[in-house]
Amino acid sequence: MKGARMSTPARRVRGLGAAHSGTGHFWHQRVTSVAGIPLTIALVVIVISLLGRNHAAVVQILGSPLVAILTLLFIINTAYHMWIGMQEIILDYVHEEKWKLVSLMANTFFVVVIAFASVYAVLKLSFGV
Amino acid sequence: MSELDAGTTAGRRAARPLSPHLQVYKPTLTMMMSIAHRITGAALYVGMLLLAWWLIAAASGPAAYANVEWFMSTLIGRLVLFGYTWALMHHMLGGIRHLIWDTLHGLQPTERELLAMATLIGSIALTLLLWVLGYLAMGGPR
Repeated sequence: MKGARMSTPARRVRGLGAAHSGTGHFWHQRVTSVAGIPLTIALVVIVISLLGRNHAAVVQILGSPLVAILTLLFIINTAYHMWIGMQEIILDYVHEEKWKLVSLMANTFFVVVIAFASVYAVLKLSFGV
Repeated sequence: MSELDAGTTAGRRAARPLSPHLQVYKPTLTMMMSIAHRITGAALYVGMLLLAWWLIAAASGPAAYANVEWFMSTLIGRLVLFGYTWALMHHMLGGIRHLIWDTLHGLQPTERELLAMATLIGSIALTLLLWVLGYLAMGGPR
């Protein structure tokens, strides 16, 4: 095997992967999935308890501290979880460098916009005006 | 230089055997549940638009909130919401299954099948349960 290199050159793996970051996302995906279980249950309970209520009641309940905090935690946790998840899907299926970068960027934009818009709405419900 | 050139012929990529894609395998339940986990995850990703719309509408005022309520009361809205509920339950149970596997438990063939079946049946049961609770909360179907 003259000339063949079985080891990967360190410069290619040091802190780099297909997404140009390390394995931290693997662990973060586990952390956010564990946190996501109680937060999802909380959100489902919140949504069901608000079904059929009029707007004024919905505003009052969504803006109350416990409900608002749980909803905010759900949004932030889910946003990070789905950002990592979609990145993983993109890296699996989009191989052309240009489209890979475009879709990775679009993923970030989508998640940031959704998260900020949702967080803003809950804060407005909590603090009014 | 040399390692970068390894595997190429005259600057072009040499034909190398590729690992076969999914369609060459006989479909199995665990495989289907794995695919379903990814598809439900992607669907929930898009579905976060619904949560954002609902929260922004509530924060915007009664008129905007009435729009969301109207859409959710249409047949399409109900179907989307039902699909969202199932996707959420399936992805959550599938995630719990993956967390169990992360601890190196439940990896035996019969255990894998059992967990995959539990994910599917559990997600359907939980979805139906939540919709019964939802309609009860609203005081019956409308």
